[in-house]
Amino acid sequence: MIVAERKPLEEILRLIDGAKTVLLTGCGGCVTVHMAGGEKEVEVLASLLRLHYKKEDKPIKILTQTVTRQCEPEYVRELADNVDKAAVVLSMGCGVGVQFIAENFPKAWVVPALNTKFAGATLEAGVWAERCGLCGECILYKTGGICPVIRCSKSLLNGPCGGSQNGKCEVDPEIDCAWQLIHDRMKDLGKLDLLLEIEPPKDWSKARDGGPRKVMREDMRF
Amino acid sequence: MKSGSNLEKVLTSGQFAVCGEMGPPQSADGKSIKKKAEYFRGYVDSVNLTDNQTAIVRLSSIASAHLLLDAGVEPVMQMTCRDRNRIAIQSDVLGAYALGIKNILAISGDHQKFGNHPQSKNVYDIDSLQLLQILKNMRDEKKFQNGEEMKVEPRLFIGAAANPFADPFEFRVLRLAKKVKAGADFIQTQGVFDVPRFKRWMEMVRDLGLPEKTFILAGIIPVRSVKALQYMKSEVAGMSVPDELIERMSKAAKPQEEGVKIAVELIQQLREIKGVHGVHIMPVMWEQVIPQLVEQAGLLPRPRFEEEQTTPAKEAPAKG
Amino acid sequence: MYSVRNGVRVMGEVKEEAGAAQPAFEPKIVAFACYYCAYSAADLAGSMRLQYPPNIRIVELPCTGKVNPQMLLKAFEEGADGVYVAGCMEGDCHFLRGNLRAKRRVKYVKGLLDEIGVGGERLEMFNLSSSMGPRFAQIAREMTERIKALGPSPVNRKARASAADEDAAGG
Repeated sequence: MIVAERKPLEEILRLIDGAKTVLLTGCGGCVTVHMAGGEKEVEVLASLLRLHYKKEDKPIKILTQTVTRQCEPEYVRELADNVDKAAVVLSMGCGVGVQFIAENFPKAWVVPALNTKFAGATLEAGVWAERCGLCGECILYKTGGICPVIRCSKSLLNGPCGGSQNGKCEVDPEIDCAWQLIHDRMKDLGKLDLLLEIEPPKDWSKARDGGPRKVMREDMRF
Repeated sequence: MKSGSNLEKVLTSGQFAVCGEMGPPQSADGKSIKKKAEYFRGYVDSVNLTDNQTAIVRLSSIASAHLLLDAGVEPVMQMTCRDRNRIAIQSDVLGAYALGIKNILAISGDHQKFGNHPQSKNVYDIDSLQLLQILKNMRDEKKFQNGEEMKVEPRLFIGAAANPFADPFEFRVLRLAKKVKAGADFIQTQGVFDVPRFKRWMEMVRDLGLPEKTFILAGIIPVRSVKALQYMKSEVAGMSVPDELIERMSKAAKPQEEGVKIAVELIQQLREIKGVHGVHIMPVMWEQVIPQLVEQAGLLPRPRFEEEQTTPAKEAPAKG
Repeated sequence: MYSVRNGVRVMGEVKEEAGAAQPAFEPKIVAFACYYCAYSAADLAGSMRLQYPPNIRIVELPCTGKVNPQMLLKAFEEGADGVYVAGCMEGDCHFLRGNLRAKRRVKYVKGLLDEIGVGGERLEMFNLSSSMGPRFAQIAREMTERIKALGPSPVNRKARASAADEDAAGG
């Protein structure tokens, strides 16, 4: 899922400063699952904003609406009535949601309440970690299902750098060295010889470096 | 001869090589490089110019290498994969060679987190292994990474780094083998303090027959204080510093002299290890120590070769 | 979900400070109390005729594990100057870990209150058992003293000030 985190309140307040009516909109997708921008988080943020404006003795109206997914047009369009009423749309969706609302409502001023961080997984309740670099050409079959593109701090494709120590990355002792993980797993699986192959330079044109990407399925189109 | 560089000549002639290392200034002060060259000229066979080491902005390694060349010292230009993509790297390699630089050391580069611009974006379009392969193909096949041909190829002596003290230990040697396969003509190792572990590593290196395929220069870091040793032990990932050494240094009445003594002893011990073809001395901010260190280690005089050997020398087999 | 019992647990007489030029600040404090411990302790305090400040409004919960950030913030929005959560002793939760969850959520909301400028010290978590009637009264006093010292919630300050002005104008 796409993992995001709320921006500092100070920044959010700056983004909506001066608006008399704000539409605070959540998303029922990834950000609900990892509790960053679903219905409950919308309630909490709305409450915090009301507390702030009450404290400042400034009137503000906060409309709240959480849609099933902010990344699909039919759900985003459900926001139409409230978008019309609001001076600012504050989205608690990921970066996709913010853009998609803006895209669907050309006249709306849409701002993000979250910082979108990565494509990741839930390690345990309350802990999420990055797992996919969205590089467009998966090489996980070469590395035992552990991605060096995103999990190695330097995206090295041919083994660990000299900063790998005791299984940890030099960048942060909290980070596992991806190549230690890859090495250990390949060894356990009896496939260490695969790591002796020299992995050639990656084709980054399949990734974001090739320009914004699009996927089309003719059979799915109307 | 692949490049005809002094370092290559020393190594292929079977002599024990001595490399130095210099960090370019954090300013536009090109003169300081020429000044520091004095500590190296005649005492070492070549000197590494670091490429924005620890991700701190410094005078570029290409320009520094060129300035050093002008000062009569042969440079080994370091090139990291952190700051340039394959376009910039190949372009800089061509430029460096055109300026007379014949040795290049390919490394992945310290992560920018440790530097003075931790907010920068890193590149890592390619890794150090792929860089080695690109350099080798440029030289031997006259080809760019994309397969296109070039008219004049850079005749380079290609180096790589190895860290015997990082993890996973057993994979380190396999990775070295990969680097040799990719095109490393010579290897410079991380600074050695833990000789037993280095010996174990060299044993594995010999088992794979690598000393016959590449030249291995063992890293030496002369230190002048116990603090420096402690720092390396605790703060630098991939360093092994034995406690005995720290104790010895902390008891020393004259730590500078003790530091030289330790470095001399390390050089002598490493020289005895089969498959070690030379040393790479990294005097971090202590370049002045080079003359006395090299002399006390019995590595003088350094070999001299006639300028411009026109006869294409045979590929001299490296001595194991 | 929960029931609000405004002041029903107050025993004894509340004495007004007589003759003060300005009415003393009497904070509104909401206590979210677990049915198995704190709420029973409040009962006990009542049976024991223990005095505690009338500022406390108790909200009964089946377990403090029911506490969520929205609920705590809502209390502040509705005019509370202070809020506390009173659950079972750690290790004694009827639902095993409800009070530990509450502890984390209280800590989280304290951070939010700091961030928004209301002040995390206006929110607290307490642990006690159903037999601790006196402790319940003590917590109520402690919290009331703390909030009195802090003054009205900044959210209510303006409202209170204008109310006071009106009072003064109206005589």
